[in-house]
Amino acid sequence: MFSETIELRGHIIDSLILPKVLDQILTRGANFKIGEIRIGKKRADQSFARIEVSAETTEALDDLVLRLRQHGAEVVRRADVQLEKAPANGVFPREFYVTTNQQTFVRLKGREIEVKPAMMDSAIAVDTKKRTAHAAKFFDVRKGDEIVVGHQGVRVVPVQRATSHTDVFQFINASIAADEPKSAVIRELAHELQRARAAGGKIAIVGGPAIVRTGAGEHLVRLIERGYVDRLFAGNAFAVYDAERALFGTSLGVSPERAFGTGGHENHMRAINILRETKGIAAAVEKKILTRGVMHACVRHKVDIVLTGSIRDEGPIPGVTTDVIEAQKIMREKLANITHVFLLGTVQHSLAVAAMLAPTVKTVCVDIDPTAVERAIEHQPLQSIGLVTDVEPFLRELAEALAGDDRTGESRRRR
Amino acid sequence: MRELLLCPPDHYGIEYEINPWMSRARGAETALVQKQWKGLEATLSNLGAKIHLVPPQPRLPDMVFTANAGLTVGKKFIPSNFRHKERAGEAPHFVRWMEEHGYETAWLPENLYFEGEGDALFGGDALFCGYKFRSDIQSHRAVADILGCLVISVELVDPRFYHLDTCFCPLPDGSAFWFPAAFDEYGQRAIRDHVKGLIDVSPEEAAHFSCNAVVLAPDIVLPEGAPKLVAILKERDYRCHELPMSEFLKAGGACKCLTMFMPQREACA
Repeated sequence: MFSETIELRGHIIDSLILPKVLDQILTRGANFKIGEIRIGKKRADQSFARIEVSAETTEALDDLVLRLRQHGAEVVRRADVQLEKAPANGVFPREFYVTTNQQTFVRLKGREIEVKPAMMDSAIAVDTKKRTAHAAKFFDVRKGDEIVVGHQGVRVVPVQRATSHTDVFQFINASIAADEPKSAVIRELAHELQRARAAGGKIAIVGGPAIVRTGAGEHLVRLIERGYVDRLFAGNAFAVYDAERALFGTSLGVSPERAFGTGGHENHMRAINILRETKGIAAAVEKKILTRGVMHACVRHKVDIVLTGSIRDEGPIPGVTTDVIEAQKIMREKLANITHVFLLGTVQHSLAVAAMLAPTVKTVCVDIDPTAVERAIEHQPLQSIGLVTDVEPFLRELAEALAGDDRTGESRRRR
Repeated sequence: MRELLLCPPDHYGIEYEINPWMSRARGAETALVQKQWKGLEATLSNLGAKIHLVPPQPRLPDMVFTANAGLTVGKKFIPSNFRHKERAGEAPHFVRWMEEHGYETAWLPENLYFEGEGDALFGGDALFCGYKFRSDIQSHRAVADILGCLVISVELVDPRFYHLDTCFCPLPDGSAFWFPAAFDEYGQRAIRDHVKGLIDVSPEEAAHFSCNAVVLAPDIVLPEGAPKLVAILKERDYRCHELPMSEFLKAGGACKCLTMFMPQREACA
């Protein structure tokens, strides 16, 4: 939303100029926020109102402000952003403005431009010739780039709470503790996923190895098969455990079906070796070496797999991006059009992804550790649900709810 | 005794078109102009008003409409800032004359259009001011600052009624007669909130500039052609004097446009 601040003075209450201006703002599809209002105490006293007017486009805003000026509105001139050149590659000016993940505008030569994309913990680089602004990470910046310094001319628009009472995210908007019931929320999430899929939304899973180790992989496979996953973000370990289970029935030597382990770390290492030999997951699926599991389902159902490495990785298997800067860039790009994210049983990966999300992305975090849940969703204050629980029962219930709903939907359609 | 400023119509004519009434193809008949204006002057004079005459100036045909000279309160004269360059030349003549007659000029900022008593009429304890076609609403605030009174700003929406005094005529008992459709919805509400006993003028009678009347209570001098309004005013014990104004209507003016009160009020409150 683009905004201007206007001021009204005079006998704006008795003349009904204030209600007229506010009505005109609303009837033209714009919004207002009254910043200050002083009403004259005596009959002859004049009143004053400062109003922030916001509209979807600069054109709509200009047109509206022009009309409001006829009724005496004066536009408050706001200061432009201050820019300073980056002193070296990868270094911001000392006083650089540090971004949030909220929608942000900077004022350049009296006009606001939106910072696109908005990204947390970045600087704002401005191209004064093209009149564009974008959030820049350290590795993005080149010596001489114009970077916003200080807070002047920067406007942040927090995500507004929706007025609908049907949105489970807006309605719950908190963490659900380990000892609280979750089934009803999971059913609501299933409905939300159906709505998202129908509306062309994009759903991402950020998965930790716990999914495979607890035996929840098969539930995730059901979600993938039903088309509820568009992108999977995971680490080397997730892919390897999944392959180990597909190849040997174990993950890190433990079989979910048996009480006692059989293979120790041996199966794990052999799985890595096989994937290295076949030159990656897709090739292993192609050669029918990998015939089940989450990775197999992703390849079969054309789910984008984004694998990134960590210090503790064995291997890694081909397809894992190990350069962290490169990994950040890829993840950011792959998260750009995501509308729904499930952060499942992985602390570090969840925090990395959460820091890259736009504030409008609906986020679900499931983890056994309450602190991990709190930290992962703290940047999505109006769009997140946290569930403190094991991922296996969560995914099982979600997969069942979706299967049930899809069946009812199908029978309804047949009738 | 009320004092009024008039300007003889020696240079009056339709020489340009700055409102929907004006058409250079439909000129005013000089003899009739003189007759109608003298009729107004005589009527006002006979009703006991003291008439002052500002000397007419060549090439300023609308100077005859002295209501747009400015607004006078007590000994203070707020001169107009005319919107149209055709009329801007009138201002220095009016200012000089008023100053020569002991009035103190209170200037408005140059960038704010304001057309005097044509857009500023006292009703009750408020000064009603019209805006959009001729005066800017910003000028109302400046007038309120100078006078220290309550100003009710009302938007005019019908270009035929481009000045407040063409569609709104306050009466000394706090009521008024008006043509509501000349105002936007908020202006109508603001007037209804502040004026009791409003008399609505029909569209047909309003088109005869019936609201453009000079009130010297209990007498009201107005253009002929408003029998319904006159009947209502008579019921309220006003004496109506209906005058032919055809030649001035061709320029979008009538009795009130041809008159400025000196002063309109002695003081605001």
